[in-house]
Amino acid sequence: METKNNWKAWLYLAPVIILLAVFTFYPIINTFVVSFLKGYNYTNGTSQGFTFENYVQILSPNGVYFKDVMQTALPNTLLITFITVPISIIVALLIAIGLNSIPAVKKLLQTIFFLPYVTNSIAIGMVFAVIFDSRFGVFNSILHTQISWLTYNPDTGQSVNYWAALFALSFYIVWHSLPYKILIFLGGLQNIDQQYYDAAKIDAAGRIKTTWRITVPLLSPQILYVMITSFIGAFKEYDSVIGLFGDSGGFFDSTTGPDTMKTVVYFIYQQIAQNRVQYASAAAVILFIIILIFTGIQFMVSKKRVHY
Amino acid sequence: MNNDLVLVLKNDRLNVDQQRVLSLTLRIVGLVITYLFLVFMALLMLFPFYWMIITSLKTGAEIQQMEQTYWPTVIFWENYSQAVSRMDFGTVITNTLIVGVVSTLGTLVTTIFAAFAFARLEFKGRDACFMILLSTMMIPGEMMVITNYITVSLFGMTGGQNALGAYAAMILPFMVSIFYIYLLRQNFKQIPNELYLAAKVDGKSDWQFLWKVMVPLAMPTLITIFILKLMGAWNSYVWPNLITSGHRELYLVTNALRSTFDSLTNPNDAGAQMAATVIVTVPLLLVFIFFRKYIMRGVSRAGIKG
Repeated sequence: METKNNWKAWLYLAPVIILLAVFTFYPIINTFVVSFLKGYNYTNGTSQGFTFENYVQILSPNGVYFKDVMQTALPNTLLITFITVPISIIVALLIAIGLNSIPAVKKLLQTIFFLPYVTNSIAIGMVFAVIFDSRFGVFNSILHTQISWLTYNPDTGQSVNYWAALFALSFYIVWHSLPYKILIFLGGLQNIDQQYYDAAKIDAAGRIKTTWRITVPLLSPQILYVMITSFIGAFKEYDSVIGLFGDSGGFFDSTTGPDTMKTVVYFIYQQIAQNRVQYASAAAVILFIIILIFTGIQFMVSKKRVHY
Repeated sequence: MNNDLVLVLKNDRLNVDQQRVLSLTLRIVGLVITYLFLVFMALLMLFPFYWMIITSLKTGAEIQQMEQTYWPTVIFWENYSQAVSRMDFGTVITNTLIVGVVSTLGTLVTTIFAAFAFARLEFKGRDACFMILLSTMMIPGEMMVITNYITVSLFGMTGGQNALGAYAAMILPFMVSIFYIYLLRQNFKQIPNELYLAAKVDGKSDWQFLWKVMVPLAMPTLITIFILKLMGAWNSYVWPNLITSGHRELYLVTNALRSTFDSLTNPNDAGAQMAATVIVTVPLLLVFIFFRKYIMRGVSRAGIKG
């Protein structure tokens, strides 16, 4: 090989490497470091040395942020994740298999099912807020109910029910996350060799059996990929909360309801905006570790179940 | 006794005709269920768009009716003029276009260079370097956001002191995308080696080969990157929110949307609010209609490798 390519190649890579060094590699290290600094002041770069204090304030029951993170943001995030990820994967799988079985309308419906992907999550979140409004929302109107999904209802004096709010939020997240999953699954379905289905037909296997025994196993690489990406996405849920509940993350006081829909990422941004970057860093590191553990578990489980 | 020979399928103790009828009904029932499910889900996908549009055309009084109307009785365009003036739409669209176009063009340049180096040039540590880049995609962006916020505020780019600084802060960190480098590298690698060697014989330099041959051949992928990146800028919320910190004259479109209509406490506002969301959503839908193929191909490419 020509060795003179060496410096030329690095010249081509220079813009990327410089930008990544400043805005990706350095930040990863620095955020770790900041999360261990006591009383860090970023405007002049001073701190009072190394400490576990930032983590203690979040993780220990006596910590200042224990309630905000461990009793509010983390449970909210985990609930959102474990509700929306399985539901959206199953629904997306059903839609993709359904679409694949009727080629006549596949093209048209596929476009419709992709529409939520090309939307602004804040804007459509605001639309869902109108749909779920407690006083004039069409969701209540269809169900003939008067549930306070997202906001306090001054007419009935009913405060927001946490589980109703969680339902509305999950409904929106699933709606918004379906297109991507459907698209990936459809791509996988196209690659499945028709002869598997012909063989199944000879064996007179029914449709449900064929789907369960052939389609799902052969689609398992795509399912694993979608599972990992959507777990990561759900752990980082933020825009949907802002879209649905506003900047305050659904702040409910004693009359409007006791809880809030703040997520871990919401907590992080709140801390940044209030110049407490060391707590934001500690929370970000905790989130990173949680994501790492979950991704690891999924890879380990997948070793037995995924057929490449 | 009946002398006819009857074939009994052991399976369900049905004869051939019954079996045929049964399987036909099962197929029809299955098809009907599939259609009903798909049509129901498709309507569910479309409903928020429909509701957004008709609510944006209703008067405040009509929105607050107990019995919802599924078509506005009076078309109330005023919601739109209200939305445009309250969001200060002219300013925010200018900001969004400046930030979106510059960061997109910047990304295209860095992506083309890096993808070319990874796909075509031989150099020490190429594969290791590429793996390191890919592995950073696993790390949540929040880790970077915190330090990046510190960095740009040390340069005085936050707090809205100067517009140029704020633009730079909204552009620079987003001028590299590892996913797009990966995407374009795949595309570049498909360009046959013979073309490269032929160009070499013709005395073309790497630089000329990149711009005269590779970039034109990879145009579809570049269009995909351009559109997805521009849509990303249009939809970005949290980083610009941190940078502008309440300075409305620097807001991008999504920040203006959220901060202008932060709550639904005044139901009379819902019409203007939905008009604003229509204004934000329609450009995205138009882009989708015209570039559907590019967008869907780019998005699905991520999943092919599994």
